[in-house]
Amino acid sequence: MRKVFDQELEKLSTDLVKMCGLAENAIENMNEAFKDQNKTLAKEVIENDRLINDMERTIESRAFNLTLRQQPIASDLRNITTALKVVTDLERIGDQAAEICELLLYMDGEHATYRTVEHIPTMAKKTRIMVHEAIDAFIKQDLTSAKMVVKMDDEVDELFNEVKMEIVEIMKQSNDDIDTCISFLMIAKYLEKIGDHAVNTCEWLEFRETGAVNDKKII
Amino acid sequence: MSNKIETTNLDLYYGEKHALKAVNLNIVEHAITAFIGPSGCGKSTYLKTLNRMNDYVDGVKITGQILLDGEDIYDAKVDTTVLRKKVGMVFQQPNPFPMSIYDNIAYGPRIHGIKNKKKLDEIVETSLKNAALFDEVADRLHTSALGLSGGQQQRLCIARCLAVEPDVILLDEPTSALDPISTLKIEELLMELKDRYTISIVTHNMQQASRIADYTAFFLVGEMVEYGKTEDLFSFPKDKRTEDYITGRFG
Repeated sequence: MRKVFDQELEKLSTDLVKMCGLAENAIENMNEAFKDQNKTLAKEVIENDRLINDMERTIESRAFNLTLRQQPIASDLRNITTALKVVTDLERIGDQAAEICELLLYMDGEHATYRTVEHIPTMAKKTRIMVHEAIDAFIKQDLTSAKMVVKMDDEVDELFNEVKMEIVEIMKQSNDDIDTCISFLMIAKYLEKIGDHAVNTCEWLEFRETGAVNDKKII
Repeated sequence: MSNKIETTNLDLYYGEKHALKAVNLNIVEHAITAFIGPSGCGKSTYLKTLNRMNDYVDGVKITGQILLDGEDIYDAKVDTTVLRKKVGMVFQQPNPFPMSIYDNIAYGPRIHGIKNKKKLDEIVETSLKNAALFDEVADRLHTSALGLSGGQQQRLCIARCLAVEPDVILLDEPTSALDPISTLKIEELLMELKDRYTISIVTHNMQQASRIADYTAFFLVGEMVEYGKTEDLFSFPKDKRTEDYITGRFG
């Protein structure tokens, strides 16, 4: 029964796993580029963002076609709509990793000598873990791990506030490095947004498995 | 929301064949309830128990209880003619009588004793209007009903059913022989009629059930596996057998 439909769903799922891999790579590489001031790697992240965008279109197209031709219901409907929703978050994760890398190129190694904004590396590390865990949970359909990711987001939000205060303090002391300060603030904001998209990914997992988001039934 | 029909522990045997197994199911008043399931699952059999059409089948044995407005329809005192006036039925193949459109509609009321021409005219017009057919046939009421298209014939059968003022309308795959436009017209009609009648429909078309039914029951090998609000049953069925059937994994 329904051989063609199952094959198409399998392709959708394989593409989604691939896109998860690309988004996770972007975060890993962005972290490395940030840590080691590796401009080549930063450029690679920016370059590879196109692959993530292309994959988003491919998945959307598959999902629209399946909806049109198969009129999915029950778990099929949840699988397909989840794919449509989660690609947006994965694409944003890729975009924000690329945005951070753009800033790294623009900062041109300044942040090596610049007084460290202490909490940013911790933020970067935590968001990397969040994205990894969210994607892992999504692929393994693991709602328990997904809940942990949601909890981690509070820590990242808290770190963002600390970074913000830290930067304000630095700017108060001297206005020599306003540009760099603003770049750091933007990096912190992008990291904070990446954490939000990891949470969204977990929420779409919850929807796919239970029909609810944050325990609120939506289908 | 009140129950028009309440079914308790209904078992039905065709000879040795156990066709309905301990069915418990309520039909909500002024709503459309769809029965879905693979061929031979018992959904049409169940529908036919609701106006005792199965009484005519040789070797049928029915136990359990079906209450219509709180009264047992299998009680010995029940007059099945009166029951079937209250619980009308429309079949898969449109089956107009070989007579005029007018006489098709007037047939039931005449049987129930209405002779007054003015009254009959009124019933014919109202029934055809309620079945969304009047405008299409107003100028040829006295021509043969067999000249109508399949979709028009089926709406005529619905009009004929409405003419005796039933409370409940049973429909057994009413659109499976019709084209998509006629199907859509019947579906729209049923959604309008539910405000005044209680409607139960057997359908093989899952999209049809999800489009028009307020409640859906899934039958499998004589068992009523799952019943619920249509949007719940089609979005998150509780039973794996329901999920497998509605997503086309078996059947």
